Amino acid sequence: MEERPISDISFRKFLAEEKLMGSKCGKCGKLYVPPRHFCYECGSSQMEWHEMKGEGELAAYTCIFVCPAFMAEEGYGRKNPYCTGVVALSEGLRVVARIEGVDASKPESIKIGMPLKVTFLHRGEGDKAKTYLAFKPA
Amino acid sequence: MMAGSSKRKLGRGVAIVGAGMSNFGMFPDKDSKDLFAEAFAEMLASVDKGIDPADIQAAWIGNFSNDFFVHQAHWGPIIADVTGIVPRAVTRTEGACASSTLAMRDALMAVASGMYDIVLAGGVEEMSKCTTEEVTEGLALATSPYEGEAGYTFPGVFGALATAYFHKYGAGREHLMNITIKSHENAPLNPKGQFKQTIRDLMEAKKARMAKKGEPVPDWADEKEALFDPSFNPPVAWPMHLFDCCPISDGASCILLVAENLAKNFTDKPIYVVGFGQGSGRGLHACPSLTSFEANRQAAAEAYGMSGLKPKDVQFAEVHDCFSIAELIHVEDLGFFPEGEGYKAIAEGETRREGRMPINTSGGLKCKGHPVGATGTAQMYEVWKQLRGEAGERQIPGRDLYIGATQNLGGTGGTCTFTIFERR
Repeated sequence: MEERPISDISFRKFLAEEKLMGSKCGKCGKLYVPPRHFCYECGSSQMEWHEMKGEGELAAYTCIFVCPAFMAEEGYGRKNPYCTGVVALSEGLRVVARIEGVDASKPESIKIGMPLKVTFLHRGEGDKAKTYLAFKPA
Repeated sequence: MMAGSSKRKLGRGVAIVGAGMSNFGMFPDKDSKDLFAEAFAEMLASVDKGIDPADIQAAWIGNFSNDFFVHQAHWGPIIADVTGIVPRAVTRTEGACASSTLAMRDALMAVASGMYDIVLAGGVEEMSKCTTEEVTEGLALATSPYEGEAGYTFPGVFGALATAYFHKYGAGREHLMNITIKSHENAPLNPKGQFKQTIRDLMEAKKARMAKKGEPVPDWADEKEALFDPSFNPPVAWPMHLFDCCPISDGASCILLVAENLAKNFTDKPIYVVGFGQGSGRGLHACPSLTSFEANRQAAAEAYGMSGLKPKDVQFAEVHDCFSIAELIHVEDLGFFPEGEGYKAIAEGETRREGRMPINTSGGLKCKGHPVGATGTAQMYEVWKQLRGEAGERQIPGRDLYIGATQNLGGTGGTCTFTIFERR
């Protein structure tokens, strides 16, 4: 049984350990990713951690040409766009995540419905170390 | 009906008896105080039988992020000083791009409750002193936390919604272009707007620039061919291109609300607030649909419930077209067109000024500009003008207008409002 508090901070620590974790309602079994403190369905606050399989398909996406500063630092921009998307997980939930292994400069080549599997992008070092959730073609 | 919707009524009726807005655009020589003063002066002059500013009992002012954009917060007392409402209460409201509709909501509730009789609601934002990168970062503060981390920008979230809509209903970029072309058709008719050129005007200007530089002059057959050309319309967050996105703007707007029984003291043509609704949304990962805003559906159910009106009763509307896809989703969420059918109705011209359901006669956020905190009450300014028959060249032709509406969106759908107005 995982004892970490249900929180976004814990969720991000799990990502650093290459685990996509959601919360599961101890009362009605409903799943949430990222985790939630309370269940929308039954109002229970008895939440426990649940590891997701990390499989899904692309539900929506965009290819970013004008990007925020933290992505520019990774070398992205007008001449080197990146793809970020919405992934429908096999458990019936959605997450937002970067989409790797596709050609963002040819957005029409990327297809809604394409099967994906989870991957984790580790960026920065020391205090600035951060792990981003991503998916790539399965 | 959705959870929380109801037929809730106001404690007493509330009317708008004055409205003003500054010019919208990029003004290096004006700050937020100057812009608000401009809107306030027009509002005072618009009250047919006059208003003494000393009679305004309180005000609410929407502002999203001047803290970030010009490093100044706490705008309530600053606006109290500008307008002379000091030392009476002026409160700032924040709801991202819906900030000034939230100001109007608080003002509405204050008058409806009987706490005040005469109040001001407005908004202001000063964005153009920042670089585009800074504004992008500032606006991204209003995405959901998970979206920002995944590399989404504001246009990126709307781009993703567009791909979901295209996939589900078979629409494409060419359908969103109809929205852009329509907004630019209205643009030259709005003297206060940021852009005053049609797409045709902009194509001719680009051709002239290329010819002057001695470079090959593009030979576009029509507006859509130009809009498909990345040299004219580069991608920002595919499928959102430059012309799918509203600009960076400075501006202010305000309206004067009074208790229904006092309205005729100020004007013989008051505009009544007959329906109001507001909803909240969760972001792309948790929203029930990727082709709808749950906050919109809630806001619409509440506003229709309060007014007793139906979508077909609304004769025209200003909706929050921060991005072209947003206008398409809104006109479906609000019930003006069936789900998945909006793009066809738009293609047939139904949302043009002459159409069955004119949308964004002001030019919309796309052309009028989007100083985010000022947008909500600026949409109401347009409805006020249209309902009173004072919209000049852009007046909706050939119709007796008595019901109009505004829809305002904050963030990536985190806050949506819907307000219905009636001229009796």
